[in-house]
Amino acid sequence: MERDDLIVNDSYAINNSHTNEEGKAIRKKLYNVTVLLTVITIIEVFMGVFFKRNGTITWETIKLGFIVLTLVKAAYIVLIFMHLGDEKKSLKYVILLPYALFILYLIFIGLYEGVSVQELNSTWR
Amino acid sequence: MAGHTQNLTKDELWGGNASPFGVSYGKMMMWYFLVSDALTFGGLLTAYGVIRHGSSDPWPVGEQVFEALPMLHGSYPLMYVALMTFILIISSVTMVLAVEAGHRRDKAGVIKWLGYTIVGGFFFLGSQAWEWSHFIHGSGGGFQVNKSLTVTGEMENGEKVQMTLNGGDWVHMESEFGHAYEHALEGGHAAPAADAHGHDGHASHGSEVAAEARVDAASMHPEALILNKYVLEHKDDKDVRKVKVTGEDCKKLWEAKANETVVFGANMHKNEYAVQQQYANFFFFVTGFHGFHVFSGVVINIIVWLMALGGDFAGRGHYETSDKIGSYWHFVDLVWVFVFTFFYLV
Repeated sequence: MERDDLIVNDSYAINNSHTNEEGKAIRKKLYNVTVLLTVITIIEVFMGVFFKRNGTITWETIKLGFIVLTLVKAAYIVLIFMHLGDEKKSLKYVILLPYALFILYLIFIGLYEGVSVQELNSTWR
Repeated sequence: MAGHTQNLTKDELWGGNASPFGVSYGKMMMWYFLVSDALTFGGLLTAYGVIRHGSSDPWPVGEQVFEALPMLHGSYPLMYVALMTFILIISSVTMVLAVEAGHRRDKAGVIKWLGYTIVGGFFFLGSQAWEWSHFIHGSGGGFQVNKSLTVTGEMENGEKVQMTLNGGDWVHMESEFGHAYEHALEGGHAAPAADAHGHDGHASHGSEVAAEARVDAASMHPEALILNKYVLEHKDDKDVRKVKVTGEDCKKLWEAKANETVVFGANMHKNEYAVQQQYANFFFFVTGFHGFHVFSGVVINIIVWLMALGGDFAGRGHYETSDKIGSYWHFVDLVWVFVFTFFYLV
């Protein structure tokens, strides 16, 4: 059987390469992403520690902030580090769309159930 | 990375003999695996959310449970977890640099950066071992009171506040006293564990030493007890977490201690952090499952590192293997980003 990871001439495996000059630019981008991810993590810890949960900003807002920052982090990891951003559009959507749809549905039914269980618990306790 | 598929018509592209996605079979399968694995973790975190939302008792707050640093006393909320996150992000960066070096066919670069990634992985596993050990050991332990009572305590800002407890409410010990008390209950050595189950009068299978030690434990009295150590409660718009009770009221609480409820740290049956045992179980399962991924990632990284060292990839003419394991390693980092947010922060 022909092993596609061994194709050398004019194949995707070998095409997935770059020169030293391109490498420099890519590394610069990677360092910038590193700094960004670190800064976001520091901001998250800061928010968790210093915003009291009954302060002027409501805890719901802070939670939403956490989730947005997490999604930004996740996007950078998937698109830059796992270089899904450089792949073909068809691959991108095959990976991301089914996952996004399924997980949103799961979160929706999960939290919907959770909230109604909580209501039952506090009513019949 | 469209590769050789760029100039094909639609029929040729999807008609076989070409990779319509422009990636090799191995890379494609790695992506499929990661999507399914991401669903597993998504399911776990959603289950955590369901249990948490469904619970009518207060849920422990991350920054109050995870506030210890190795070898230091005092409160450093979330610092240790942030450090772990940082270690994983850095090892992700060294991995992406290894992948980048592979794209330049730079054997020395791949070996160097993959080596750093392995070191980072070991650092993370070590940190997690410490965190687990701290979580299991606990920070002083706690007990439930066996009747309703009202006590006056001091809030963190020094203000006095009156707290009413119902039977079954949790009270926590300070870490120094709690550890000494736990030690006394255990008889000071590994002998038959403590009669913490409160069978009155039955000197169950304890040795003389243990029996003596039990007397010791019974004569111990804490100087202070803490209410709402891990949970956040509000009373009259005041933040009444970590209320410190001393003096007469402390004695009152200690006398109301239901002996069979005394717990130190956490295991699969009880835990000092929450009324809900699911809290400890989710901690063990979610961080444990992630830690297992990190562990297998380190093992795979070591194998690939040895292959790179042996010149396998130089012989093949490309470093796609490091690209594939790179995706796996970044995925492990990605999962931790979500665990960090939903388990520790929110």
